[in-house]
Amino acid sequence: MSSREAILKKVRQSLGQPASDAVRQKAVADRLKKSPQGVIPARGQLAPAERVELFCTMAEKLFATVQRVPKPEDVPAAVAEYLRGKNLPASIRMGGDPRLAAMPWRKQRALEVKQGASDGDDATGVSHAAGGIAETGTLVMLSGAGNPTTINFLPEHHIVVIDAADIDGDLETAIANVRKIFGKGKMPRTLNLVSGPSRSGDIEQKLILGAHGPRALHILVVGG
Amino acid sequence: MQITSPTFKENSAGALADVQLQKALGNVRSGFIDKRRKAVEALPEFDQLRDSARAIKDHALENLDLYLEAYEAKVKASGGHVHWAETAEDARNIILDICRSAGARTVTKGKSMITEEIALNDFLAENGIRPVETDLGEYIIQLRGEHPSHIIAPAVHLNKEQVEADFRRVHDHLPPGRDLSEPETLLNEARKVLRSAYFEADVGITGANFLVAETGTSIIVTNEGNGDLTQILPKVHVVVASLEKIVPTLEDAAQILRVLARSATGQDMSVYTTMSTGPRRPGDPDGPEEYHVVLLDNGRSAMLGTEFQDMLRCIRCGACMNHCPVYHAVGGHAYGWVYPGPMGAVLTPSLIGVDKAGHLPNASTFCGRCESVCPMKIPLPKMMRHWREREFERGLNPATQRAGLKLWAFLAKRPSLYRFATSIAIPMLSLLDRGKGRFGYLPLAGGWTKHRDLPAPEKRTFMQQLGSRNTAAKEAAR
Repeated sequence: MSSREAILKKVRQSLGQPASDAVRQKAVADRLKKSPQGVIPARGQLAPAERVELFCTMAEKLFATVQRVPKPEDVPAAVAEYLRGKNLPASIRMGGDPRLAAMPWRKQRALEVKQGASDGDDATGVSHAAGGIAETGTLVMLSGAGNPTTINFLPEHHIVVIDAADIDGDLETAIANVRKIFGKGKMPRTLNLVSGPSRSGDIEQKLILGAHGPRALHILVVGG
Repeated sequence: MQITSPTFKENSAGALADVQLQKALGNVRSGFIDKRRKAVEALPEFDQLRDSARAIKDHALENLDLYLEAYEAKVKASGGHVHWAETAEDARNIILDICRSAGARTVTKGKSMITEEIALNDFLAENGIRPVETDLGEYIIQLRGEHPSHIIAPAVHLNKEQVEADFRRVHDHLPPGRDLSEPETLLNEARKVLRSAYFEADVGITGANFLVAETGTSIIVTNEGNGDLTQILPKVHVVVASLEKIVPTLEDAAQILRVLARSATGQDMSVYTTMSTGPRRPGDPDGPEEYHVVLLDNGRSAMLGTEFQDMLRCIRCGACMNHCPVYHAVGGHAYGWVYPGPMGAVLTPSLIGVDKAGHLPNASTFCGRCESVCPMKIPLPKMMRHWREREFERGLNPATQRAGLKLWAFLAKRPSLYRFATSIAIPMLSLLDRGKGRFGYLPLAGGWTKHRDLPAPEKRTFMQQLGSRNTAAKEAAR
């Protein structure tokens, strides 16, 4: 008997259940098919403008910095301004996300834009979030050529652009949106829910930002 | 790792006398409890979410075989591999095989209690593969050749001066005059050292907080981002997880995530909640080329259908130990194996045997704080009692204790005799304490009074007091 069979047999014996129990099979199939929702906190259930406000407040509580810009065209200038303000090299690492690609980066003449995954030598990375969760100030990041996952973790500064219209109230709505993109039962290779910059409390419980991931997370909220 | 649970009493005596440890444990008492309370108070639905989370896990456990099959099918469909391991040894060998086929020399690891349980690091090192722990706390204790003393804060037993000494000893390529006086400078140094390890590693090993049957996804939560660098940079990602990590759907994971970080560190969400499904896809510029899941039983299937099944709801948040007066006093290492605190006192006897871990379920004041803060509402004190019963049934406790319990049971079953005996003993004890209200020393009770005072009883027994109160009430009613 394979380990697989042995383990499943032991589980069934302990539960006192045969494998072919139609009632259990139906209950499991139903749950997997319907993905019933549980308790959704009232905190994020707000009108769109208030939802975006809550998202910004929650993200700032997590030590992210948040800046609102009116239009996507304003993003490159805001990025350049952030780099100058922090005395960072005028260079960013970015994936091929079409929303980012459509922005006027060339107008920032001094700014170098490196394409593709991060190799660990980038001071600043720029990504576009797939969504935001107001309840907790969380960003939803999907892997792929548009927004390589390495950019979320390797650069010391991570600038994330998010469309205000993509900010939802709760985690379940964010999950439903991912399902709309990839289909029921499917997921991107990596989905990162990011709530603030990296941190550790492992030495004497003292909270320090910038453990292994970014020391700073700057969120640019477009519109809304 | 060597199991020292059988010498829990000696371990505890050592821990109580350890000045450094006692100083460090102050951080547990002052930090975690307050943070959790604030996070819970800020979410009115917290208790409803606990019930929801408990119901999800109960449902998943009752149908574990079916969800495991569904999960496996989804992992395969996304291009990943599932390996089933009945024992710790099976899991170690599977992981070694994966590392060997990848030609691995260096393996990075995200923080994972399950790989502590299977003692993976020593095994890999014996086989010529260098395991590098990347969580800051885990990294520190790996340098010291220690094991975690807490399931979410592995180095909570240490003070920064000890960490500084370790870094100076191990990072001897760095200038000796450098400043390492603060946690910030220590963290920066670890960050630099570990950055190169991430890129050198051929295989990255993480645990899992959840396995999602709906999608074949493994989920980890971290604050540092180390688990992510561990799994996206090497060409192979290995997830090691025990069977009970299964949840049916992403919505179910979402419910439990809401109570997990709040109970653990008082955060609404951990900084990084990462959902991984299969290997790198066509067109992906990063991510692992291979994705393996090692599903470990190691005693879990035998807990199903017993009075210990509820323990399999545990999501390893650490709230029980953060609120435990025994853990506060002796720390995690005294428990003598991987899992300390109340959850360890219940789980350890299940996994290594009550003959070795019988002291642990006895290391409880039964104050009930663990159960009251457990996000999964696991009846920890009740299960500790079950272990005590089993220990007694199997004659594992000392003869004097058994004789004492038998004497007490004899009296307790005979109420009139019990009342007669206590009506003599209680006033005598009450006289002996000479009005102080406590004993610093009492013959036959030296084991107790050596470390703390024994409260002196009231002058009359409970039954006597109740009797006169009832009489007085009757007279008043007349």
